[in-house]
Amino acid sequence: MIEINNISKWYGKFQVLTHCTSKVDKGEVVVVCGPSGSGKSTLIKCVNGLEPFQAGEIIVDGISVGAKQTDLPKLRARIGMVFQNFELFPHLSIMENLTLAQIKVLGRSKEEATAKGMKLLERVGLAEQAPKFPGQLSGGQQQRVAIARALAMDPIAMLFDEPTSALDPEMINEVLDVMVELAKEGMTMMVVTHEMGFARKVAHRVIFMDKGEIVEDAAKEDFFGKPRSERAAHFLSKILNH
Amino acid sequence: MTGDLDFEIVGHTLPYLITGLQYTVQLTLIAALGGILFGTLLAMARLSSMKPLAMLAAGYVNLMRSIPLLLVIFWFYFLLPVIIQSVMGWERPPQIGADRSAYITFIMFEAAYFCEIMRAGIQSIAKGQVGAANALGLNYWQSMRLIVLPQAFRNMLPVLLTQTIILFQDVSLVSLLNVTDFVGAAVKVAQRDSRVVEMYAFVAVVYFVICYCLSILVKQLQQRIAIIR
Repeated sequence: MIEINNISKWYGKFQVLTHCTSKVDKGEVVVVCGPSGSGKSTLIKCVNGLEPFQAGEIIVDGISVGAKQTDLPKLRARIGMVFQNFELFPHLSIMENLTLAQIKVLGRSKEEATAKGMKLLERVGLAEQAPKFPGQLSGGQQQRVAIARALAMDPIAMLFDEPTSALDPEMINEVLDVMVELAKEGMTMMVVTHEMGFARKVAHRVIFMDKGEIVEDAAKEDFFGKPRSERAAHFLSKILNH
Repeated sequence: MTGDLDFEIVGHTLPYLITGLQYTVQLTLIAALGGILFGTLLAMARLSSMKPLAMLAAGYVNLMRSIPLLLVIFWFYFLLPVIIQSVMGWERPPQIGADRSAYITFIMFEAAYFCEIMRAGIQSIAKGQVGAANALGLNYWQSMRLIVLPQAFRNMLPVLLTQTIILFQDVSLVSLLNVTDFVGAAVKVAQRDSRVVEMYAFVAVVYFVICYCLSILVKQLQQRIAIIR
């Protein structure tokens, strides 16, 4: 589904990604972790072309993301993305947030889009918030709306860029619950997160990144059982102690 | 003109003055709308990743903002027809007319100022908003039109209105092209009836009342927007 082949990226002279290679199969849940500044958010943003990369190739569902002839908007419409800061559109109501791209990008009718939006809001338990504006919702609620907004496009895969990092602790679980449910339904997911509990529960594979490199790419059992690299072991010991 | 003032002249010529005021308001509104539209396009050009386009827009804005408005008005009115004539190789300069020239001048001139306001507005929208719009499959124009510009416009509304109040005052310069705007009408009456003090005092009071009231409204609007945000 998602193939990342030998990606390198520079900001000016500073190399942020170095020869990153990995893949996410259909129905697979892959968690990307690592210390801050390790390039994991940058990597996931390369997958739908939000960040350009200078070398290597990313193939999503048979289409090369970096290729000049690729219709990026069309490809992006098929990949859902959830951001650290939710990025709901503050000038639009919750329902409009969910229907805008359905109507403008997929060409659905307003009724169809609204019905779909309502179904997804019910699914994340926020149906009664439909007429409100993002600013009136809590962070956890906003992030659940953001997930529903991405799902409204019927994506073939979902990308999560630190979806719980900006949340107050008591709101993290309501978002993770939605994600766990999604994973159990067989959604293809690539998730940048520090939530190792989530990784243990639903991930198939864990990618560990440090200094722009993929240091470890292992099945969940192997990663948590006995990380092969010292850096990954060190990272795990730091975040699992609490 | 003698020492004794006679404000009855204002009453007698009021319909004529109101026609002038209507023209001033109309020119202000059209120039503001046209200027915001053109200025927004300029702002998008200035922020474009296409370097030549960005430089061209920046050059235009800096040029307009470095020349006194009066000079720009004269340029468009007196020199532009001659330039068009020589470029097109016509026998006579095209008849643009003071009226049309005034509209064109103010739209072009104000666009430079509205551009800078909209540029600040666009930059005030977090980059993540564009990212989210793009991630949903919206293209550049869609994300600008549906996501970035509505928010930028809302954030900048008080500044845009303040600039429009300035424009409302600046429009009085067209009276120098012999256009009968509010000031132009007053000048004509003042000269015909030798009532300079009365007419100029009346015009000043009207300008003051309108602009002061509008500025209070803008201040209230500003506070309301601050609460919403």
